[in-house]
Amino acid sequence: MIKVEGLTKRYARNVAVDHISFEVQKGQIVGFLGPNGAGKTTTMRMLTCFMPPTDGTAEVAGYDVIEKPMEVKKRIGYLPESPPVYPEMEVVEYLDFVGRIKGVEKSGLAKRIDDVMETCAIGDVRNKEIGKLSKGYRQRVGLAQAILHNPDVLILDEPTAGLDPHQIIETRDLIKSLAGNHTIILSTHILPEVEQTCEHVIIIAKGRLVATDTVANLTSRLRGSETVAVQVTPSNANADLGQFSQSVQRKLEQVSGVSRVMHKDSRDGKVEFTVESLQGRHIRPELARAIVESGWNLNELHAVGLSLEEIFLQLTATPKEIEAAAAPEVAVVGEQS
Amino acid sequence: MNTFTIARKELSSYFRSPIAYGVMFFFALIAGYFFYAAVAIFIRQSLQATMMGQSVPMSVDDWVIRSVLSNVAVVGLFMVPMITMRLFAEEKRTGTIELLVTSPLRDMEIIMGKWLAALALYGAMLVLSLINVGVLYMYGKPSWKPLLIGYLGLLLQGGCMLALGAFVSTCTKNQIVAAVAGFGLLLLLWVINWASSLDNGVVSRVLGYLSITDHFENFSKGVMDIKDTVFYLSVIVFGLFLTARSMESMRWRA
Repeated sequence: MIKVEGLTKRYARNVAVDHISFEVQKGQIVGFLGPNGAGKTTTMRMLTCFMPPTDGTAEVAGYDVIEKPMEVKKRIGYLPESPPVYPEMEVVEYLDFVGRIKGVEKSGLAKRIDDVMETCAIGDVRNKEIGKLSKGYRQRVGLAQAILHNPDVLILDEPTAGLDPHQIIETRDLIKSLAGNHTIILSTHILPEVEQTCEHVIIIAKGRLVATDTVANLTSRLRGSETVAVQVTPSNANADLGQFSQSVQRKLEQVSGVSRVMHKDSRDGKVEFTVESLQGRHIRPELARAIVESGWNLNELHAVGLSLEEIFLQLTATPKEIEAAAAPEVAVVGEQS
Repeated sequence: MNTFTIARKELSSYFRSPIAYGVMFFFALIAGYFFYAAVAIFIRQSLQATMMGQSVPMSVDDWVIRSVLSNVAVVGLFMVPMITMRLFAEEKRTGTIELLVTSPLRDMEIIMGKWLAALALYGAMLVLSLINVGVLYMYGKPSWKPLLIGYLGLLLQGGCMLALGAFVSTCTKNQIVAAVAGFGLLLLLWVINWASSLDNGVVSRVLGYLSITDHFENFSKGVMDIKDTVFYLSVIVFGLFLTARSMESMRWRA
């Protein structure tokens, strides 16, 4: 339904989207995941023919976005980050206007508007001015606008941004109920959202494609392999730590099922390692045995849970950015207390 | 068809904001004042003429209508930026431009729709000034042909200023900036002919030709010159063309 190849958007000074390629099958819900400024919106704008790509091709519903923009636009419903509503218009009036410019048959338009208002649960505000609606309602009016002409493809840019938790759940359910009839791409920087709504994930960062997979695969990829933190002290307290750490590393690497051993730290007479297992192997018992059999003291051995969140951060950020991303959360906690 | 959908939407939002009423109110007020002044001068002049024993009848067309039309043309110049400032700037600011641009519409349909709506508002504004003319018909017999041509000229002149104003509005997200820049541009095109009074060189002749108000001169006399009509029509086309280019470049840069 959507085929993107080598899509690139270059500005004078920077590259917003850098050779992205992916495919979306009919009826799928795909999560477009990435930190702010990763190029999600730019990619979506190119898919919706809002802006032309600098390089590469994109095909939506079998039509090229550069050669047949009119055909693409007829088959796409787009909800930008802030819903494109006219505050002075009434809801019905707005949807009527959208229906006309999207080329919905005039005879069926009134009926279609009623249906869409019911789907998006905005029937009770039909004659209200959009400017006077709450953010949640406005977002749903935006969604109604996107599905009004029954497009094959729905492109939603951060559909749950700025909503309260209750509204977020409602919006997610609404989006899930739209799948099947529509192919949906939704962008977000919130991970649980992808886990809950999407079947596929496309992760981008700094304009580059980082990973594209099913949510199930991505989850199993991180749950399948184990990461273990190990802390060992030598039996002889006066032993040379450098030499000791080398021999521990060698020993750990020999344990079956271990894919990688990374030296983390050696100080205060302790050495620490991070050990990664091969897919589907549980290495903790073997690791413990190997250390104890060598006559060393096993201080600590625990599995480091790698959540989707951490994978995402690893894939998309430098350590500095991780710290920066963590900082605002602290501030929020401070505000609440 | 799409053009009219856009025009209808645009016109209805004009009349839902205070802008349309403000523009029409002040235009009617100022045009009415000019009309009053022109009539007052006309009456004094005719009284003086009779007292001096001159028998030549004074023409209402020349004394009242022509002066009112020229003045109204200048008032229009002040009103146009207020009409055009929101056309694109507002849509860019609120992001609704994304809806229009990602809908199966041609850029030209969007631009024409907006321009026609602005022209309709300008026309409605001109219609208000017809009240004055109505008063003239109650007490005198002005000929209607020069009047018609005069108003046609006003509409053409308005169309050209609106096209240029629409272009300016595509260049910014800020309505105030659009209004100020639009006003500056129109003012420049109004006074640009002042240079032509200095000498008779090629440059000043070209500058004189570019003046929007200069070309209204003949219309206000009730003369429809093909030269002026062509000038206005080509400025309209040029302004809308610039608008289209600017919209396109906005998408490349956005």
